[in-house]
Amino acid sequence: MATFTLPANSKITQGKTWPQPSNAKRTKTFKIYRWDPDSGSNPRLDTYHIDLDDCGPMVLDALIKIKNEIDPTLTFRRSCREGVCGSCAMNIDGTNTLACTKNMEDIAGEVKVYPLPHQPVVKDLVPDLNQAYAQLAMIEPWLKTTTPAPERERLQSPEERAKLDGLWECILCFCCTTACPSYWWNGERYLGPAVLLQAYRWLADSRDEFIGERLDQLEDPFRLYRCHTIMNCTKTCPKGLNPAKAIAEIKKLMVERKG
Amino acid sequence: MSLRTPLARVRHLGSARDGTRHWWVQRVTALALVPLTLWFVISIISNLGADHPALVDWIGNPLTATLLILLIGATFYHAVLGLQVVIEDYIHDKVARIATLLLVQGLGFLLAVIGIISVLSILF
Repeated sequence: MATFTLPANSKITQGKTWPQPSNAKRTKTFKIYRWDPDSGSNPRLDTYHIDLDDCGPMVLDALIKIKNEIDPTLTFRRSCREGVCGSCAMNIDGTNTLACTKNMEDIAGEVKVYPLPHQPVVKDLVPDLNQAYAQLAMIEPWLKTTTPAPERERLQSPEERAKLDGLWECILCFCCTTACPSYWWNGERYLGPAVLLQAYRWLADSRDEFIGERLDQLEDPFRLYRCHTIMNCTKTCPKGLNPAKAIAEIKKLMVERKG
Repeated sequence: MSLRTPLARVRHLGSARDGTRHWWVQRVTALALVPLTLWFVISIISNLGADHPALVDWIGNPLTATLLILLIGATFYHAVLGLQVVIEDYIHDKVARIATLLLVQGLGFLLAVIGIISVLSILF
């Protein structure tokens, strides 16, 4: 059965409360999920206080400040700090998003930060996304052709190129996939919104010559049809994309080729 | 513990090359049920207060009987398809899943046949 409660060793306990910054006029409280696989103890929620007048505006700025100045053991992924790499995807204030583009001012009260939901945790805010990465590798997200490569670029009309808008912008942060209940219950078989949007990005590419084979690979009650248009994917996408629509387009192609 | 690679695990048995029919028929039956259900509800309301022979007479009309049989067929077909998705979503144990699926599909089929035979027995 699908599990609706956390196993005993995953129950979150009250963690350490770190001291308030001295002389701070405006502070923000952070409650951050902490778990160390080497400790053998349950995950905990640590409390930190940030001086807003001495910190950048985004949640990632606060996390970096905590790691640099308060608690160097706090572990999280980050790289570009401008919403193009997808590394700092985490659950902030109840929604999966990128810490680097989430403004602290948009969060009322204390800021709760957890790793992306329903994935194994490596440490603290770092989820294990190997399954999702393997699913991405499976759909072979690159141009596939049999026609020999031309002397110059493979041409595309402006209209054909326009079909990729809303698809190429995906940064593969997996906020959508880990927000999808269908992926929570059947992630080992359902490909999830991020990978299906990538699959459609290649199905929609006028230069690709393997659309039929790509559809064959997706035509499966679990790989594709576990999408029940719950729409969490579209609601949570930090880049404002619409994975649910991409999945619907794949389903339309499936029906179209049946005649 | 499995030492299979993540790619082997997600590729697993490959694609079933199936699922589109299920998805399509679920939508087609939903569409068919809109006029059928409306007709049924309106008919029952307009038959309010009718005595038993009048109702039997109404069902015995070939057009009524046809629409009733279509309504019964579409309802149970749609219900079984929908329940199948719920079962596949939530029951992960293989034996329990197949047993529940067979039970629900069998029950749906049985109820549909009972309904259709009832209409036919009034018609003929």
